[in-house]
Amino acid sequence: MSDINRRDFIKLTTLAGASLGFPQLALAASPRVVIVGGGVGGCTAAKYLRKLNPNIEVTLLEAKKAYTSCFMSNEILSGDRTLESLTFDYEGLRRRGVKVVNERVSAIEADKKQVVTVGGQPFRYDACVVSPGVDFKWDAIEGYDESVSEVIPHAWFAGPQTVILRKQIESMPEGGKVIIVAPPNPYKCPPGPYERAAQIAMYCKHHKPKAKILILDPKDKFSKQGLFEQGWAKLYGFGTDNSMIEWVGAAGGGTVEELDPSTRTLQAEIEEFQADVINIIPPQKAGKIAFSSDLVDGDWCPVDKLTFESTRHKNIYVLGDASNAAKMPKSAYAANSQAKVAAAAIVARFKGIEPPDPTFVNTCYSILGEEHGISVAAVYSLDKSSNTITPIEGAGGLSPMDASDLQRKREVSYAHSWFKNLIDDMMM
Amino acid sequence: MNNKIRNLLLGMVVLIPLNLLAEPSGQALAYTCAGCHGTDGSSKGPSSPSIAAMDPDVFIDAMQAYKLDERNATIMNRIAKGYNDKQIKSMAWFFAKQPLNATAQKHDAELAKLGAQLHDKYCEKCHEDGGKPGDAGTLAGQWMPYMNNTMEDFISGHRNYPRKMQRKVDAAIKAEGDRAIPALLHYYGSQHGFSGQEKDHE
Repeated sequence: MSDINRRDFIKLTTLAGASLGFPQLALAASPRVVIVGGGVGGCTAAKYLRKLNPNIEVTLLEAKKAYTSCFMSNEILSGDRTLESLTFDYEGLRRRGVKVVNERVSAIEADKKQVVTVGGQPFRYDACVVSPGVDFKWDAIEGYDESVSEVIPHAWFAGPQTVILRKQIESMPEGGKVIIVAPPNPYKCPPGPYERAAQIAMYCKHHKPKAKILILDPKDKFSKQGLFEQGWAKLYGFGTDNSMIEWVGAAGGGTVEELDPSTRTLQAEIEEFQADVINIIPPQKAGKIAFSSDLVDGDWCPVDKLTFESTRHKNIYVLGDASNAAKMPKSAYAANSQAKVAAAAIVARFKGIEPPDPTFVNTCYSILGEEHGISVAAVYSLDKSSNTITPIEGAGGLSPMDASDLQRKREVSYAHSWFKNLIDDMMM
Repeated sequence: MNNKIRNLLLGMVVLIPLNLLAEPSGQALAYTCAGCHGTDGSSKGPSSPSIAAMDPDVFIDAMQAYKLDERNATIMNRIAKGYNDKQIKSMAWFFAKQPLNATAQKHDAELAKLGAQLHDKYCEKCHEDGGKPGDAGTLAGQWMPYMNNTMEDFISGHRNYPRKMQRKVDAAIKAEGDRAIPALLHYYGSQHGFSGQEKDHE
């Protein structure tokens, strides 16, 4: 269809849709959307709902006064970045007419179409967007729980724990040893633990050249593995006797069963490991509110991929890490992309028309050294018959193994530009 | 649109389930670019170019070149392969209609002044109106680090260097030496506060 005809076509299809009797909603002049969670999914949905239809009243409920980005937070560990540089207030969204309320949500009441906060205040909605991110399965490793994580940090939500981990690495002895315990699939930020090892090595290379970083992994392979191993080899001697980074997968006994926090000792399947600094990234599931609001099936929230509406409760849309949106990874870019699809679907529903066909992208960068970046990308479409988001064949994929030094260097600068644009696109 | 076509279309729409006809709109496709190129194509990241207000043919040429691995890319070659010609065209027109909100960049006023002179002498003929969005690509308000990468690619042979452009750039370098390209970049980077989008192409 030519661009010239598109506008007329939309008018016509709208007209036809109405006459065919698509669900028309009895809505007030200003339909209300309540968003639970001020991360990438929730913020992007808020911004794009207002952008697509400024008549929609959007309320964002988020306990924290400011957002701290997890993406790029591994750079705190190399010392390249501060927590402040990852922290942004919600004024940008307020300027776009989003009502931001800093209260913790206690319940989503699907039958009453309202969200209740800890303060007891109900927020009525015509559509509710839930984007709570991930929560941890604390019972997976014996001896490791929320209170122990104050000392043996997970640092998987950027915040005070990221800074604690950084300080522990800075104050460990010259030839100190760091252990990263990687989580099983699926989890938020698949390349994160391996970028983290490189970022710690980046610091140690200059300040503690005899330090060692060991990754214990319950998996046999991991995201961007070939590129990580190549980068680790080039920068940190991976694969040699003198490697700064070592990786032990499931087959090698990398699955950790127990922690003794007092001696910083890990019991893995085959042997024990002791370290100066331990970082445990626990197995993951959807955020708490998804469980208490009956939005989960197993660990994650099933959704209709055309709209991201929950298949368990009508009028509730679940986005980002908490949703079961395989084959998309649990990443910031994926949540941003999904939020726009959900926003367009909600706007269409308020108009009484069919949801538009969705399209998705994921891009994700990892920084292994000052001048060494790698990426993965995918373009997705929806296979409606199987309700599966499917990567388009022949597109996407990893940075090439034979990329030039110049390209690796440019990918670092693209990663930093990606960060700025993603933050801007979600909340400014 | 004349009435006959209108009625035909209306008939089709009633008869055929919508989801068979539908495919992602230019807007929906373009929204997925924002994480790297900024909301509606106005980039906030110095290495990612703004693509708002971009001439649609320049956009289409760039995407096709990436698709065919004809342009030095890190990631765009992988992404461009995800779209068919029609989708690329609809994205091109979406971006063409967006205002370019260029971010003010730190620049050296003296260099920019020299750059303005060089631009008038060597570049203005193709990159009209000080390099504002047009059929030779956007330079005014574009990110300087991005343009620096692009010039590196032209000069090192990593990107197809139009002969006419090469002659002009060589002449500018002959006149001002190593200062020529930085001067031009500082001139383009010094410009912001215009929109440049296609208002109406119907």
